[in-house]
Amino acid sequence: MNPMQRKKDRIDALAATAGAAADIPDAGRVSDSGGLSLIGSAWLRLRRDPVFLIGATVTLLFILLAIFAPLLAPHNGHTAYLIKEVSADNPVPGGEKGFPLGADGQTGRDLLSRLILGSRQTLIVGVLATLAGLCGGLVLGTVAGSLGGWADTVVMRVVDVMLSLPSLVLALAVATLFGKPSQWTLIIAIAIVQVPIFARLLRGSMLTQRSSDHVLAARALGVKRSAITFRHMLPNSLGPVLVQATLVLATAIIEAAALSFLGLGNPDDSSPEWGQMLGQAQQYFDIAPRLAFWPAGCIVVVAFGFTLMGESLREALDPRNRR
Amino acid sequence: MTTAAPAKTETLLAVRDLVVEFGGRGRPTFRAVDGVSFDVRPGQTVGLVGESGCGKSVTSLAIMGLLPKRGNKVAGSATYDGTDLLTLDDREMRDHRGRDIAMIFQDPLSSLNPVVSIGVQVAEVLQRHRGMKKSTAIAESRDLLDQVGIPDPARRLKEYPHQLSGGMRQRALIAMALACKPRLLIADEPTTALDVTIQAQILNLLKELVVDSGTALIMITHDLGVVAGLCDEVNVLYGGRIVETASRHEVFARPRHPYTTGLLGSIPRLDGSRSEQLAAIPGSVADNIPWTSGCAFAPRCSRALEVCRSEAPPLEQDPTAMEEHTLRCHNPNPAEGGEPA
Repeated sequence: MNPMQRKKDRIDALAATAGAAADIPDAGRVSDSGGLSLIGSAWLRLRRDPVFLIGATVTLLFILLAIFAPLLAPHNGHTAYLIKEVSADNPVPGGEKGFPLGADGQTGRDLLSRLILGSRQTLIVGVLATLAGLCGGLVLGTVAGSLGGWADTVVMRVVDVMLSLPSLVLALAVATLFGKPSQWTLIIAIAIVQVPIFARLLRGSMLTQRSSDHVLAARALGVKRSAITFRHMLPNSLGPVLVQATLVLATAIIEAAALSFLGLGNPDDSSPEWGQMLGQAQQYFDIAPRLAFWPAGCIVVVAFGFTLMGESLREALDPRNRR
Repeated sequence: MTTAAPAKTETLLAVRDLVVEFGGRGRPTFRAVDGVSFDVRPGQTVGLVGESGCGKSVTSLAIMGLLPKRGNKVAGSATYDGTDLLTLDDREMRDHRGRDIAMIFQDPLSSLNPVVSIGVQVAEVLQRHRGMKKSTAIAESRDLLDQVGIPDPARRLKEYPHQLSGGMRQRALIAMALACKPRLLIADEPTTALDVTIQAQILNLLKELVVDSGTALIMITHDLGVVAGLCDEVNVLYGGRIVETASRHEVFARPRHPYTTGLLGSIPRLDGSRSEQLAAIPGSVADNIPWTSGCAFAPRCSRALEVCRSEAPPLEQDPTAMEEHTLRCHNPNPAEGGEPA
């Protein structure tokens, strides 16, 4: 199976569980699970799920780190504290007192502080890109799912085209469209890549809603189409999309890192970002691999945390998995 | 109960030769409803009775204009108060739905929006059709919930469907359906998903409200017990056609069509002996033959003759009946008894 097909299949499978999860009538039924709603029983499961706990802990620590970065960082990110140590023999000074991870290269800035401060940029880029992608996906998915007919066909063919391109290539293409790379072009490029994923997922669960009993009942009472869409279909379709957003956040962080690594991120390195640090570490790779190791490790751990959390959320909210 | 409805006064809804076909675009078409005609007079309760797949729900959805736009063909007419509902466009039909004709469905839980509170859902109908402001509509909703017998309506207004019991959910849906005082209510198996004790309560409520407000009711059901308690007139459907029409008394006293007697025979009786077998109708709707090549019920019918498999019987007045009683059968049960043949 080619990767494009796999990607589509995965999204369709998600949409299917989405439909099921959105089918709250059944999920909310008070009976076998001791009178618990969907959310309640999901929480009971999650509380005992080590995968979720690990993911949520990592995510929470990362968010706290990003919020309190200026307080936690021992130094600022732009002063060349270790510039005196830099010499031809020792281009990248190692750890010493007060600077446990040493310098970030010939510039002589504190690597540890830059790592901590970098979490903030990484979080901002990831969250904003995911939010923007979510908004775009909501608009397209709502149009396709509620209007149906030719609007649905047009939107979904565009989505298919976008999904058929490897996401990184698409993000690269979009990022290069902007003349001057910056944090914002990075966010826009990643957001555009996420739009079709959300759109397809939302359309799937909107379609399930459209044929649901309560939408039929609302139509039988003469409720207008706009109210049917926004009051009866959309809120019931959102659950799986929001769960998907936590998974997309991980992808967004990795893609942001990849694009900055390739030089399409923020060129100004006074406010550090992990992908950008990774890119700059290239030139020292044979003499100081730790410069690449630390930011790469951070990216992996954070992306892993978000993925674990997202996957366990998705599983817990899938009524087919309820015990 | 107004059993003796004034004969042939005005009709509120006149359904004529309603045909609904599914399929097309290369796929074989399937006639779910095949030339159904019936009248509903103001304040009257009319039953559409039959087993799953006989076309009773499709009939009601067609009248309401709620069938999917694509993949089906609707023909015939359904004249409500002088307007043929089937010719109306989406917008016009939307104005009728909920205001003039309302509908309640089988499963009260799945018929309510799980993420919107009961009060807002009831108020929505009032805002839509009676142009009320939200606050007025909510206040009115409280009275409506009170009318349908929901205790502590002020609290229930703020609750969500999963917090209500099955009976209360159906009461809330009835409140929504009757919010704008429609002249016609279509109830599609409104008690099937409920406990037996609750079923009786809901039926009594419907009966009460319908009598009080003079709303006409089309009761769609497979349950002849419901018919016995509620309906003035009964239409028995089989394979998309009406096979027998008569008043409630006439149907229970002198069922002529073998399918009707079969339905009556398959109700367990408390006073029957325990060893007595229920007279199940053999086979299922899937055994039907198309009406074009005979009587659709013939393969399952114990009274089927040679002619039943070659020629579809017409819908005719029963000559032995003292009142209006039409049936579609070549070899009906003997006129005297209602015993299954």
